[in-house]
Amino acid sequence: MTYSRVAPENRHSVPLLPNPGEADIILDDMAVQVELLKSITYFSGLSLAELNSIRKFTFEKTVAGGEIMLFEGEPAKALYFVISGVVKVFKTSADGKEQVLYLTRPGDSLNEVPGFEGGPNLASARAMGAVVLYGIRKSDLEVILRDYPQVTLNVIQVLSQRVEHLVSLVEDLSFRHVTSRVAKILLEYAGDGTGQRPRLTQQEMAAMAGTAREMVGRSLKTLEEEGTIRLERHRVVITDKEALREMAGVVT
Amino acid sequence: MAEMLIIDREKCNGCGLCVSVCTCKSLVLVNNVVTVIKKKECHQCTRWCTRCEEVCPTGAILCPFEIVIEEH
Repeated sequence: MTYSRVAPENRHSVPLLPNPGEADIILDDMAVQVELLKSITYFSGLSLAELNSIRKFTFEKTVAGGEIMLFEGEPAKALYFVISGVVKVFKTSADGKEQVLYLTRPGDSLNEVPGFEGGPNLASARAMGAVVLYGIRKSDLEVILRDYPQVTLNVIQVLSQRVEHLVSLVEDLSFRHVTSRVAKILLEYAGDGTGQRPRLTQQEMAAMAGTAREMVGRSLKTLEEEGTIRLERHRVVITDKEALREMAGVVT
Repeated sequence: MAEMLIIDREKCNGCGLCVSVCTCKSLVLVNNVVTVIKKKECHQCTRWCTRCEEVCPTGAILCPFEIVIEEH
């Protein structure tokens, strides 16, 4: 891995990512702004002087919408923080199905585990729109954690919340309860197309099913693949009511 | 209008994440609030991606679905 420093006046002539996913990391002292570092949860509670010290360890990375910025299994180069935009973190099964693990929004971190431990990326990450990230290499991360105990405390809090979220996801995926609950909700709220029954958002379905919104999205996709529903622009059409009742565990 | 997505202006904090992820480019920010939708572009979408609802941190943008049973 090679690094080169780009003076601000020459930035426009050097592509930041000549080979996305394989590029050498280009360090740009002026790109990382202290004000934006403040928005990152890891650095919450730090003074401006401390943020200024940390700034020298960080680099900026921009990603176009739709681009996969991290590939599962590839060697991890750094830990990243979202500055603007949204990144979807997901795993892909052998048959190409995607399972979304979580979304990262401005202030959030991604790729922590290989960032701290080394090793390959545990999941892939795709930019949902144009995204700006700040990154820190593993070796520099160790220096920061040693010198700034507040950062360590913040990291523990972030990772604890992440574990809680993932445990809940594992539970939902393992027992298939969510798809059954969503099937039941669809049956309960099905109308005759005249608009008499209330419309439901995926967020509302999630609240009723006692799960996360992304699990509802996955359940709807699963039900569509199984042929029990069809998703249209603003409608969920139940195409096989009996199969959906069976899925919901509704005894006839 | 019943087929359009719903925006709660009071909940919108102007973060613009919905605009950045909109696949049909029909969302805009006006005075830092999602208040106007380019209806023509939104209507041209054959299927709601619901990404805007997915990424919104405050629940200000909603994509409500009607649930119907197909008669055979």
